[in-house]
Amino acid sequence: MTGVVPIMQVGDTLLVSLQGDLDDATVIAVEEQLTREVARRGATGTLIDVSGLAVVDSFIARALARVVGMIRLLGSEAAIVGMRPAVAITLVELGVPMGKLDTALNAEQGMALLRRLRSDGSRRLD
Amino acid sequence: MAAVGLTEATAVAVAIADAADLIRVRQLLRAEALSAGLGLVDQTKLITAGSELARNILTYATGSRGTLQVEQVQDSGRRGVRATFSDQGPGIPDLDAALSDGFSTGGSLGLGLPGAGRLTDEMNVTSASGSGTTVVITKWAR
Repeated sequence: MTGVVPIMQVGDTLLVSLQGDLDDATVIAVEEQLTREVARRGATGTLIDVSGLAVVDSFIARALARVVGMIRLLGSEAAIVGMRPAVAITLVELGVPMGKLDTALNAEQGMALLRRLRSDGSRRLD
Repeated sequence: MAAVGLTEATAVAVAIADAADLIRVRQLLRAEALSAGLGLVDQTKLITAGSELARNILTYATGSRGTLQVEQVQDSGRRGVRATFSDQGPGIPDLDAALSDGFSTGGSLGLGLPGAGRLTDEMNVTSASGSGTTVVITKWAR
């Protein structure tokens, strides 16, 4: 099955970059594609780059939180990276609860975050 | 639905009938926000609020096509964008509840309506059981 978005692999980490105006069907398809690929490729971590998203509404935010939850359930780690400041301001004001998500400013810091998460299993217990 | 001009030169409208229209809603609001001179954060807030309200129409006013009408507004030298979301759906039985965070009958987070209010400068909701809902939001350039 062909994926809706290209997924890059760096070592055992997957990197997916979301771009443009996403419709709901695409968001759902990305969720499924990413979860499937994490399992298929045995990835230990995934970075979801949202720097190409000018707007993240509550539906997209919830989908992002959901896919991170799915990947963690598989026993892997996932982080959201590159959120635009205007999007972060908007999501906080909108009231979307995203505080439990692991995030980083960019992909490079995201890679470092994934390394920390892999070596520190304690977060799972909270 | 392509944007169609209404009688007022500055007002444009899009139909809200399926998920693809959400993209058109965001694009129209972005274009109008830019032309009113809204800053990046205010543009993002307006578009996001509009996306929430359009999704409400798709979720709750099923079977009845909704409309978004957008116009440029001015008030004592300020410029802004006013967006009117209307539908002929079932209406909101309990408006106070619908305006509270976390209240949802549609399996969502229940942030759409109260969140849209927080993201904009003015929000006015009129709804009557059986005769649809109209939500008007305004965002002013600063």
